Amino acid sequence: MLTEEIGNRDRSVEAGLDALDTAPDLPRGPGVGRILVRSVLPPVVFLALLVGMWQLAYVAHLKPPYALPSPADVAAKFWETVQDGRAGEAIWTSLSRAAIGFGMSLVIGTLLGLAMWWSRWLRAAIGPIVSGLQSLPSVAWVPAAIIWFSLSNAAIYTVVLLGAVPSIANGLLGGMKQVPPLFDRVGRVLGLSALGRTRYVLLPAALPGYLGGLRQGWAFAWRSLMAAELITYSPALGQGLGQLLNIGRELSQMSLVITSITLILVVGMAIELLIFAPLERRVLSRRGLTIR
Amino acid sequence: MSLEPMTVDAPAQLDEARPTRAPLPAAVRVAGVSQVFERGAAPVLDGVDLVVAPGEFVCLVGASGCGKSTLLNLIAGLTDPTAGRIEVSAERPALMFQEPALLPWLTASGNVELALRARGVGRAERRTGAQRLLEVVNLEGHSGKRVHELSGGMRQRVALARALAQDSSVLLMDEPFAALDAITRDVLHQELTRVWAEQGLSIVFVTHNVREAARLGQRVVLMGSRPGRIVREWQVDIPQPRTIESPGVSTLAAEITRELHQEISRHAH
Repeated sequence: MLTEEIGNRDRSVEAGLDALDTAPDLPRGPGVGRILVRSVLPPVVFLALLVGMWQLAYVAHLKPPYALPSPADVAAKFWETVQDGRAGEAIWTSLSRAAIGFGMSLVIGTLLGLAMWWSRWLRAAIGPIVSGLQSLPSVAWVPAAIIWFSLSNAAIYTVVLLGAVPSIANGLLGGMKQVPPLFDRVGRVLGLSALGRTRYVLLPAALPGYLGGLRQGWAFAWRSLMAAELITYSPALGQGLGQLLNIGRELSQMSLVITSITLILVVGMAIELLIFAPLERRVLSRRGLTIR
Repeated sequence: MSLEPMTVDAPAQLDEARPTRAPLPAAVRVAGVSQVFERGAAPVLDGVDLVVAPGEFVCLVGASGCGKSTLLNLIAGLTDPTAGRIEVSAERPALMFQEPALLPWLTASGNVELALRARGVGRAERRTGAQRLLEVVNLEGHSGKRVHELSGGMRQRVALARALAQDSSVLLMDEPFAALDAITRDVLHQELTRVWAEQGLSIVFVTHNVREAARLGQRVVLMGSRPGRIVREWQVDIPQPRTIESPGVSTLAAEITRELHQEISRHAH
């Protein structure tokens, strides 16, 4: 009788503690209005200021008009490029190259990262080189790639791979190195095999570092692709954004140059904002690693 | 309970000449265990003998660094002893750490399910099994929560449910409540004694908190430091339910503390 009473009392104490210790359901995030004011308004204002200064510089004739066209000229050129389909074609060509190049980098970088994790010897042997490659601008590979593969898609993919693979491999390896040893002990105590521990403990634990590597790998892949496209211009190759930029240079058409740069920037940012940022946010917030 | 000894043999100074009696059934049998981590270094454990009966709740107390956790890791089979024998009646004893050590990308239920998966339990049964085990630790309403959404006490209860999911008759606990506040700890003491009685577990509970040991254990074993060895033990006859304030608990704790202080003072210059 007495036992039961103590048991019941303890249960309610426990339930009370649980209720007090867990965060109450927070109100939903800020409303649409707040988001507009906080994150959309500042860049729009900044952009408007930038265009205003540009217009002033144009009116003041800091440079002759062929070198510094007015914002209106560039807007017209931008619209023309979109209208005649050159923008769409260039975006499609570059994006499909980027997708293929990044996809290959993903597979190779991941396998390389795993191999470096499993083989201490391999890590010691190629670890410093892989890290070093990250700081080598991959545009440096373009001449070599052209000599090996001439002006072809193979040359472009070579440069993209050399740009993205080291980041992805290093990201995965770094993520795995940061897994707390306690997690591995948990796997062993639970009786998971080595393969089971890799599949259910090590790889999920390394996911945030891996995602960081993928994100950086994407940025490097995109930059490398643009560098490669800018240099490997040939009528046999499809016309990507880098090639469009090169046409602008050859025709001394500053408005086309600025249009191309804008498109390159927008596409790179769109992939980052639409794919990588939400993915990373989701993974981190599931683990309680983000602050609101 | 069948005794399937998981034997760790070492070229030990086991006394073969001693007349062999049929050994009493034991959940854990530690015989003459010594542990040296580095050749030439002082032993961390020196000739430790300990028998835990099936269904017994034994608390190991001692100053920090006395080798309690080392002994527990040896019993868990995570490391091998330098000398001596260790037999455990369960194939793989369950182990709880001071940290909940939950995997943060899984829900409370997912953490428990991983232990079931490691035992080869099928998908559908993992679901229901985890739900049932979370009910055992009174967390049935929180199974879908992620680790960061749970309080320290709740995390440690999920860790207990995960340990129970290993379905081992032997549960090893390494200061599991040391990082919790006093109120939460009281509640978890109650919880643990209830689960222990319901499931008929054999528990080896390591703590540096003497009161906690007197509150929980049927037997309290005091370990001395440098080298780690067993100094003295007490049979605790205070009936459950006890609380940390029970007069018997306080009296016993005072006695153990005196002995512990004496043991520690021997190391002063």
